[in-house]
Amino acid sequence: MASWGRRSSGMVHHIKALSKVELRGKAGAMKGGWWRYPVQPGVASALVPRSWPCVNTMASLFLVQRFKSSLPQKQVEDDDGDQDLDFPGGKVAYTSEMKFISGSYDKRIPCYRVLGDDGELIKDGSDFEKVNKELAVKMYSDMVCLQIMDTFMYEAQRQGRISFYMTSFGEEAATISSAAALTKDDIILPQYREPGALLWRGFTLQEFVNQCFGNKDDGGKGRQMPVHYGSSKHNFVTVSSPIATQLPQAAGMAYSLKMDKKDACVVAFIGDGGTSEGDFHAGLNFAAVMEAPVIFVCRNNGWAISTPTSDQFRSDGVVVKGQAYGIPSIRVDGTDALAVYRAIRAARSMAINEQRPVLVESLAYRVGHHSTSDDSTKYRSLNEIEHWKTDRDPVNKFRKWVELNGWWSERDEADLRSSIKKQLLKAIQVAEGTEKPPLTELFTDVYDLPPSNLVEQEKLLRQTVNKYPHDFPSDVSLH
Amino acid sequence: MLAIARQRMLGQSFKKILPAVSVLRSYSSAAKQITVREALNSALDEEMSADPKVFLMGEEVGEYQGAYKITKGLLEKYGPERVLDTPITEAGFTGIGVGAAYYGLKPVVEFMTFNFSMQAIDHIINSAAKSNYMSAGQISVPIVFRGPNGAAAGVGAQHSQCYAAWYASCPGLKVLSPYNSEDARGLLKAAIRDPDPVVFLENELLYGESFPVSDEVLDSSFCLPIGKAKIEREGKDVTITAFSKMAAEMLEKDGIYAEVINLRSIRPLDRSTINASVRKTNRLITVEEGFPQHGVGAEICASVVEESFSYLDAPVERIAGADVPMPYAANLERMAVPQVEDIVRAAKRACYRSVPLAATA
Repeated sequence: MASWGRRSSGMVHHIKALSKVELRGKAGAMKGGWWRYPVQPGVASALVPRSWPCVNTMASLFLVQRFKSSLPQKQVEDDDGDQDLDFPGGKVAYTSEMKFISGSYDKRIPCYRVLGDDGELIKDGSDFEKVNKELAVKMYSDMVCLQIMDTFMYEAQRQGRISFYMTSFGEEAATISSAAALTKDDIILPQYREPGALLWRGFTLQEFVNQCFGNKDDGGKGRQMPVHYGSSKHNFVTVSSPIATQLPQAAGMAYSLKMDKKDACVVAFIGDGGTSEGDFHAGLNFAAVMEAPVIFVCRNNGWAISTPTSDQFRSDGVVVKGQAYGIPSIRVDGTDALAVYRAIRAARSMAINEQRPVLVESLAYRVGHHSTSDDSTKYRSLNEIEHWKTDRDPVNKFRKWVELNGWWSERDEADLRSSIKKQLLKAIQVAEGTEKPPLTELFTDVYDLPPSNLVEQEKLLRQTVNKYPHDFPSDVSLH
Repeated sequence: MLAIARQRMLGQSFKKILPAVSVLRSYSSAAKQITVREALNSALDEEMSADPKVFLMGEEVGEYQGAYKITKGLLEKYGPERVLDTPITEAGFTGIGVGAAYYGLKPVVEFMTFNFSMQAIDHIINSAAKSNYMSAGQISVPIVFRGPNGAAAGVGAQHSQCYAAWYASCPGLKVLSPYNSEDARGLLKAAIRDPDPVVFLENELLYGESFPVSDEVLDSSFCLPIGKAKIEREGKDVTITAFSKMAAEMLEKDGIYAEVINLRSIRPLDRSTINASVRKTNRLITVEEGFPQHGVGAEICASVVEESFSYLDAPVERIAGADVPMPYAANLERMAVPQVEDIVRAAKRACYRSVPLAATA
């Protein structure tokens, strides 16, 4: 009886011990330190807890049996018995626990901001590079200028004076602050909603308007549809309509800068929708592999025409995609001019000093329609638009901060707005009255030097126009 | 195609590749023989040496020495900064090449075959070809896209298409297609030096073929003009255009002296040489490997009809590949690509010899 009792308690003891072993085993497996495979290969191996030699007989009932199976190609054992997989691409620790990485973290990546909605600094005495009066006033003035230009040019399209336009409402800070954080040697590859950056760099209102009207003073010689600005003088690569093509191109340009060892980087803009393109993958992947100094700025404005981000991707926005490529990333409040400025400054420093790509996701709602060909009230609520337009306007927010610093007054505001309006009206008037590009520009720049067939065609065309002038529009200048 | 033709000419079987020596005897003078592969390799080497802005990109171009060994030795000589092995993304590395060209470098982008260039065609056409025009001359794109084009042997539909007609229809691009080693050297050098984007269509079957080259061709400054065709063989009875060389030898026997024009440049097309030749011979046959509809031959035909109609004594005939995706089986593949006999029959028809005009002849 006693012996039975002893045995049974012994049994209980063993069972308890085994259950502890099981639990510990799990923990051990995660750490990789508790279980070890027996040394003999090919033998039906059993997972044996190291520190329980007496358990062998009992354990056979409970142990996980591993049948004869192929061992991994190479097992590297560390001093403490840890085994790592030595695989192309680097060492990787093993685990006995099958665990899938979740598709998302518990908490979404937080959004960096500096200013509250009331224009006050969230953290007083922040340690960031102070934006001085001169810089702040220029940033603010350009944001106002962009807003007014957008308003007028949108109207102009509605009146039939230009064929097409795209506004940047809600994203003024995202683009202007980004440009303010760069130097003039940094090359910008836009998507199409970044005229703010070009404005910052000195493109004049007249130049913007000339491009939209496609007249002979347009730097683009009337080749491109409105808002497809480009200026090599300002290091702003001509806008190209197909989405995301500029991303691998940015990696290529950055690689060239790297080869030239320039103290400059490339900044490529893309929207939330553009991250679905194959070129997004290629651009980011390549930039990482080539260690190219490029900043990818994703203007996540919530909408790709009528496609909301919930239909665009199922990841936590765009910021988490950077890690998949080995690229440091940050999410920033795109309506906060100071936050964008600081983030881009830091990104630039990282990109150039460490010669690597950086991803910045800027969150700033697209207040306007996608373009003049779109009526966004058809797919989103007026309340939503109104909320972002009035309560979350980046221009208002920044003005509050600038005013709080005593750098701006209502008088300045009135003066600025009336001045811009006057300039803009004048620019539109002048642009409309300017001649369209001459006939020659139909044939130039196809190649570096005009080929013989085009020279001939131009000659023939001129002859025909001269012979039958009434068959041709009167604004085709032959000069 | 030429390799096949030459084998025919000397009565060899389809599969055997001829030693170069027997061919040499039918040519005069030339001291040295180099393969097309060597010609391309030496052209790349010399241009990279002369201009530090030139660099190569593509799959397997570096460590592997090139999928077809065209870039052999260049990684070793110029280092990984100038010979880049790219990941498998045609769209990606073409975009990168275009971006580098925007900046001012001179990339030479290799496609393993031009069939894969379709995955990058937006960058080639919408970015490379159109940027100079769209930017009003502010962005020039001095890039070269090169690689094997057209049918090889037994590689099936997705590895055998000819892209000459596709790229040549696009303004802003220049499209070249060399035949022999002299063409390969001269045209590749011209392409790399050219400030415009160039599509350089090589031929896999010709890489191993040797051709005699003069000392002038071997000189590092040698360059061929873009947009000029070459009259490979002068004749008087019928003009044959090709970006290959065919049949002339055979036709001599039957008393037909064909004038064979090696186009070399598909865009710009050397219309004046073609038309001058047709005005002399009064008959035209266009030969190409690619699909017949909207092909290179269609453009040549239209050009001749527009400019030299009254000189034509017979309808223009186009010899092209079969209007089917390329089959794999050797017998079917042979039926899908123009053979010398097809061209000979066409030439005879054009000269009113008694060969019936069969629809599928």
